Amino acid sequence: MIEFRAVTKRFEDGTIAVDELDLTVEAGTITVFVGPSGCGKTTSLRMVNRMIDPTSGTILVDGQDVSTVDPPTLRRGIGYVIQQAGLFPHRTVLDNVATVPLLSGWDRRKARTRAAELLEIVGLDPAFGKRYPAQLSGGQQQRVGVARALAADPPVLLMDEPFSAVDPVVREDLQNELLRLQAELDKTIVFVTHDIDEALKLGELVAVFRKGGHLAQYARPAELLSAPANDFVASFVGRDRGYRTLTFLHADVPVHPVTTAKLGERTTVSDWTLVVDDENRPRGWLSGVDGEVEVSEQDLISGGSLYDGTSLRGALDAALSSPSALGVVVDEAGAVTGVVKAGDVVEALAKARAAGEVPR
Amino acid sequence: MTWILENWERFWEVTAVHLRLSVVPVLAGFALAIPLGWWASRSPKARAVLFPLANVLFTIPSIALIVITPVLIGVRILDEINVIVPLVVYTVALMVRSVADALSAVPGHVTAAATAMGYRPLRRFLTVDFPLALPVTIAGLRVATVSNISMVSVGALVGLGGYGQLFTEGYQTDHTEKVLAGLIGTVVLAVLADGVLLLLGRVLTPWARVGR
Ligand SMILES: Nc1ncnc2c1ncn2[C@@H]1O[C@H](COP(=O)(O)OP(=O)(O)OP(=O)(O)O)[C@@H](O)[C@H]1O
Ligand SMILES: [Mg+2]
Repeated sequence: MIEFRAVTKRFEDGTIAVDELDLTVEAGTITVFVGPSGCGKTTSLRMVNRMIDPTSGTILVDGQDVSTVDPPTLRRGIGYVIQQAGLFPHRTVLDNVATVPLLSGWDRRKARTRAAELLEIVGLDPAFGKRYPAQLSGGQQQRVGVARALAADPPVLLMDEPFSAVDPVVREDLQNELLRLQAELDKTIVFVTHDIDEALKLGELVAVFRKGGHLAQYARPAELLSAPANDFVASFVGRDRGYRTLTFLHADVPVHPVTTAKLGERTTVSDWTLVVDDENRPRGWLSGVDGEVEVSEQDLISGGSLYDGTSLRGALDAALSSPSALGVVVDEAGAVTGVVKAGDVVEALAKARAAGEVPR
Repeated sequence: MTWILENWERFWEVTAVHLRLSVVPVLAGFALAIPLGWWASRSPKARAVLFPLANVLFTIPSIALIVITPVLIGVRILDEINVIVPLVVYTVALMVRSVADALSAVPGHVTAAATAMGYRPLRRFLTVDFPLALPVTIAGLRVATVSNISMVSVGALVGLGGYGQLFTEGYQTDHTEKVLAGLIGTVVLAVLADGVLLLLGRVLTPWARVGR
């Protein structure tokens, strides 16, 4: 648990980067600090591991006032990941990951073994261990950065815009990976970003900062969207917050059966038949053909996002983006379980709205 | 060339003196330049004093420095110290800048990450900042070494050993071969020393040549 108690940081030039911050980061959660550039996110984060000392106020990590702990010792117990990964260019990937264990006095063999384990945990081939950071892609470097921060198994992890320098596809991978890791490791994570989508996706609790180092709102993502505390938060989470809220609403939408045909099979089809592969995963739609045909790849009309049966937003996206207006529902293995109809989704939406679950 | 072969022992002896008189100042000067360069890389005030001072020192002719050194530090006129001290001064003047530039060029996010991992300052300097500054530092060291090797010869004007002796003797006795021998010795020594440092740099910084 990390507690900020009336923490203020005023730099020598008079800039107030953080102003009377009171906030508690619960143990075992991902808490996101989000806000526009210069609002004091990095400063707040760096006060936790004493890279910056507050002008006034107290920060407690697991009940201990950090100002009473020798900074290097404190830092070895707090993982830290930054935007450019900050890897040591002159050390191999393995030695980069082994940094904190070595600093903490582990012997080299044990530290390297642990480092190799971590590469696997963050989804990197251990063969990468022998490379230098310059021989990795940005996304891979970022994974190494995460592995390095986790090496000594610190209870607390500070992440400062760790994924903002990689392209959107890789970023999404890394975000999913972080959620998967967190489900296993149960760390206390403070994650800084200026991307509200990332904040809403990753944060169990999200702290929205505004310029001057003020905390504008500290709440769960769904609450930020449905009940923004003020105009600043409302405009920061965006005009489309009504739509975003759907991500957090459970979809009570009936799943209908759908006629499917296997790829390569000779079969009788009717309009809008869903074509699947051998594992029953959707490949595309058949339309405009009736009667007996051989189902071939080139007749397929592809498109439409898949719906995993959880949020109302997923259901809406799937139904609206499907060429057949039927949203394809898949299970965890990606196999088709049925379809949702746009009409049903809109009806569910109207119900949620009537119940006051969707902001206007 | 024939002079060198016929006077092999003399040539060898002169070479050893020349090497000693150029390498000792490089090592001493480098050792002094590291803390000064580190200081200059951290403090704009230190930079504002050290860099102009280094420039001024560098413009003093070497012969002048060699002649006044015994007066300043009070040693006998024929002591090797009289060459070593001025060359240390030149090396420091040259290397302060190199070391400072090299350290400033280490990316801030890397040093910040090191601090955040829990490095204490000295260990961070020795195992992160300094190794990362090596490629630029070694480039500066090569320049300093070669220029020292050429400047040692000036010591002959105050009666000290090294290839410079061959120059003065050859000049006085109108013995061109001897002058040439000194010249060849100087060039070969400079090229060899440069090559050794180049190689050393490659061995010490394998990471600097990957991924680009
Ligand atoms: N060392 C410093 N000296 C003076 N002012 C500083 C210093 N570091 C940061 N600031 C100022 O403090 C404020 C907060 O900076 P901070 O880096 O915490 O912002 P941030 O929210 O992380 O922004 P970004 O999203 O751009 O990273 C800014 O106005 C910044 O200019
Ligand atoms: Mg920042």
